[in-house]
Amino acid sequence: MSTSPSDWEVVIGLEVHVQLHTRAKVFASSPWGFGKEPNEQVDPVVLGLPGTLPVVNREAVEKSILFGLVVGAEIPERCAWDRKNYFYPDNPKNYQLTQKDFPIVVGGQVEIELPGASRNVMGEHKFIRIHHAHLEEDVGKLSHAGSGSLVDYNRAGVPLLEIVTEPDLRSSAEAEAFLRSLVAMLTQAGVADCDMEKGQLRCDCNVSVRRRGAEKLGTRTETKNLNSISSVRDTVIYETARQIRELEAGRSITQETRGWNAELARGYVLRDKEDAHDYRYFPDPDIPTLKISRQTVTRLAKQVPENLYDRQRRYVEKLGLPYTAASVLVNDRALAEWFELAVAAHPTNPSGIANLVANDLLRDLAASAGAAGSFDQAAPAPVSLASCPIKPAQLAGLVKLTDDGVISKQQAKEVFAEMFKSGQDAAAIVDAKGLRQNSDTGELEKIVQEVIADPAVAKSIAEYRAGNEKAINALKGPIMKRTQGKANPVLIDQLLRKFLA
Amino acid sequence: MADALHTLSAAELGRRLAAGTLTSRALCEALIVRYQAVNEKVGAFTHLDHVDVLAQADASDARRKAGQGRGPLEGIPVAIKDNIAVKGQPLTCSSKMLAPLVSPYDSHVAERLRAAGAILYGRLNMDEFAMGSSTENSAVRKTFNPWDLARIPGGSSGGSAAALAAGLVPLSLGSDTGGSIRQPASHCGVVGLKPSYGLISRFGLVAFASSLDQIGPMARSIEDCELLLNALASADARDMTCFGPSDRTLTPAGEAKQLRIGIPKGFLGKGVAPEVAAAVNAAVEFYRAQGCAISEVELPSADLAVPTYYVVATAEASSNLGRYDGVRYGHRSASAGTPVEMMTASRSEGFGPEVKRRILLGTFVLSAGYADAYYVRALRARAKIRAEYLAALAGVDVLLTPTVPTPAFKVGEKASDPLQLYLEDIFTIPANLAGLPAISVPCGKSGHLPVGFHLVGAPLSEAKLLAAGRLFEAAHGFAHQQAAL
Repeated sequence: MSTSPSDWEVVIGLEVHVQLHTRAKVFASSPWGFGKEPNEQVDPVVLGLPGTLPVVNREAVEKSILFGLVVGAEIPERCAWDRKNYFYPDNPKNYQLTQKDFPIVVGGQVEIELPGASRNVMGEHKFIRIHHAHLEEDVGKLSHAGSGSLVDYNRAGVPLLEIVTEPDLRSSAEAEAFLRSLVAMLTQAGVADCDMEKGQLRCDCNVSVRRRGAEKLGTRTETKNLNSISSVRDTVIYETARQIRELEAGRSITQETRGWNAELARGYVLRDKEDAHDYRYFPDPDIPTLKISRQTVTRLAKQVPENLYDRQRRYVEKLGLPYTAASVLVNDRALAEWFELAVAAHPTNPSGIANLVANDLLRDLAASAGAAGSFDQAAPAPVSLASCPIKPAQLAGLVKLTDDGVISKQQAKEVFAEMFKSGQDAAAIVDAKGLRQNSDTGELEKIVQEVIADPAVAKSIAEYRAGNEKAINALKGPIMKRTQGKANPVLIDQLLRKFLA
Repeated sequence: MADALHTLSAAELGRRLAAGTLTSRALCEALIVRYQAVNEKVGAFTHLDHVDVLAQADASDARRKAGQGRGPLEGIPVAIKDNIAVKGQPLTCSSKMLAPLVSPYDSHVAERLRAAGAILYGRLNMDEFAMGSSTENSAVRKTFNPWDLARIPGGSSGGSAAALAAGLVPLSLGSDTGGSIRQPASHCGVVGLKPSYGLISRFGLVAFASSLDQIGPMARSIEDCELLLNALASADARDMTCFGPSDRTLTPAGEAKQLRIGIPKGFLGKGVAPEVAAAVNAAVEFYRAQGCAISEVELPSADLAVPTYYVVATAEASSNLGRYDGVRYGHRSASAGTPVEMMTASRSEGFGPEVKRRILLGTFVLSAGYADAYYVRALRARAKIRAEYLAALAGVDVLLTPTVPTPAFKVGEKASDPLQLYLEDIFTIPANLAGLPAISVPCGKSGHLPVGFHLVGAPLSEAKLLAAGRLFEAAHGFAHQQAAL
């Protein structure tokens, strides 16, 4: 994916701003959510009315710690907030509460998976280090209407976790893989919803290039406020090409802040270093240093779900799943857990269950939801298993009927469709429809012998005996007809070969 | 009635209300009459809603009649400095910037006063955004010292002190960032207490310098001051720096005559007026005669207090006052342009010169390249001052100094010399930097002008300060004093 010619190396670091999944805002009790009328979700604290004070939302703190635990970070015993001072109408206090010197999460790493040679082949895995993550407040939104400007403070004070990576990413594909992995981890732990259409995940992207083999990093640019994974990918591709072009033309890279126009697919300069803000950071005197007790950390550690790729490895290595099915399942924690419940009910054929879940169940759930979910989504839109008409044990029952030879694989598809419609057990549907396979050897032997004796098939028998393997299939049709399609096809095949030998 | 109601203490008014010989309505009507006669001369209040006051008084009388009185402050008016939010009342900080603002919410202290049955009585004048020591920085009006109407009442809680000295109200609330309760209390001959940092919630106090600001009670006697303090002090989940008295018990008073009193070395030399020094020395001798142990203590970094304060306070103020930009509330410039131009114009028009001076200073000391030399250094000096005060207070119960080096000066006398004005707070600032409780107690006169002494104690030793004040007050004639108007 990277456009960089082989003698250049691109170095990328990301700052990912994630809105945390909390009921209230980060320093106020006002609730927040998407799609409300402007300035509906405000209170005196959010609006920065004179005399109001911030109070740290415990839920936001715990979600931040949970993120840290998910990526194996250190949770410092203390964290503190600073004021970042700048004037803009979307900023109700004209300072933003953020964490400059004592962030809530330090270190950690995110495992990523690069695309494989094909869909069925696992790609390379890599670890991307996290420098730190800090908990801050979002700002409102300013828009220009006619002769005036309008400001909506619904978003102001929404908890934002800013996750800062080390400059460990080396291509647009890695940046993309990192964001997909990060989103999966955040959503699976319940830390954030990461709905990019609602602006719940926004990135600042630092890019520099250097000659391959060079130790010194090149001058970097920062492209701000990218609101989709594809914008990050496109920015990296664009900025890498631009910087290489500049350097190869003998010019130097200016350290600058840039914007990205997704419609035109091109970047532009926002401001250069000389225009950089002096934010006059200082410790916020309204929020005392927060002590994070080790009991809290221990309690939250119990909420950390199994790591995405640990789960994937377990599915492939322990359960014997094909890579493709495993990778589909692990991207959705609820789906994976649903799958595991089914496996618990029928432990001998995880692959059979995985195939039904990853293909048939997902397809029907998506179809019944009426949409395949939003596009630029990091993981497949999580399907709603809450409304799934089939329970895990029921699906396991269906696979067991197939494995026991009670129904054929073809019949299983029909039964599955019926289960999805009615929510009934597989066995009940098989009985009601009379689908139970005929595996009575004695009865089938008699029918097979009658069919073989029929002169209408003499030609096919002759051809089979002459070495045409496929000719045997012509005999199966009449057998199925006589048994109303219930004959066990495997058994029929065995019997035909026995009698024609 | 023998005594005019406006001369009585809150405690005495409370006894009469409880006895049924007085109603809150009668009291409030008398005070409104007093207001109409005197406020124009003194200029203590910037707003008083008679109708609202009488409605509150009637509600209080009805509660009491129904046997649902809420305690010793039931029916007693408390006037409030104009930087403390009361729902439905103006909240302007005596600034043009906030002139149109009516608070949509109650501060924690307003809630506490309502819960105690008090009457939330009018808005008191102040230096704009509490920045000043004379109330001359008010954009609304001048306030004059009731003892000499040609002189300043002190500040920034000048309205709060003058209202008491003029008999306009029995109790008032002030706020104190570097001496803004104690200095005007001293100049007006009343009692003013700055509590330990964190004892009273700042929720609803318009921030000047958040790490220094405290709301405190002001009254004409120690007893009244304590009454009001007890109503205000409580933990509040809306202020993360407030712990209230609940999880750390206030230090018990002990026997006032056994208090150990420290006299900081050199404090009585520095530009202290002879009459002030004489009054304060007389107070020291009084305590010695009562049996208190008097000793000299060293506070070697005391000289750093004023410069440290003006760095820390202005740095915080430059950020705290950032929110006043005309976008959401308050003054908005009519000269519209882009949103950012509108914000700049609104701030240029809305703030007065002293506020601008401090915003500029605070912005400078936090700027990249200067923050280490000023702000970070000031934090170190602050820590040192706090450590020295705590060390001194490990050996004595209270430190005694004058509250202000000189009596109230004439209106306009120091208006052109901010540096001279900043020295008004030289004795009071360290208590804010160190988060310590401190009180100003009237102790005499310099000519016709009141003089107070200043006691500083260890954190949460308010009870000791009050006990010491009570001992002095009982033996002297300065309690309940009012200027003749």
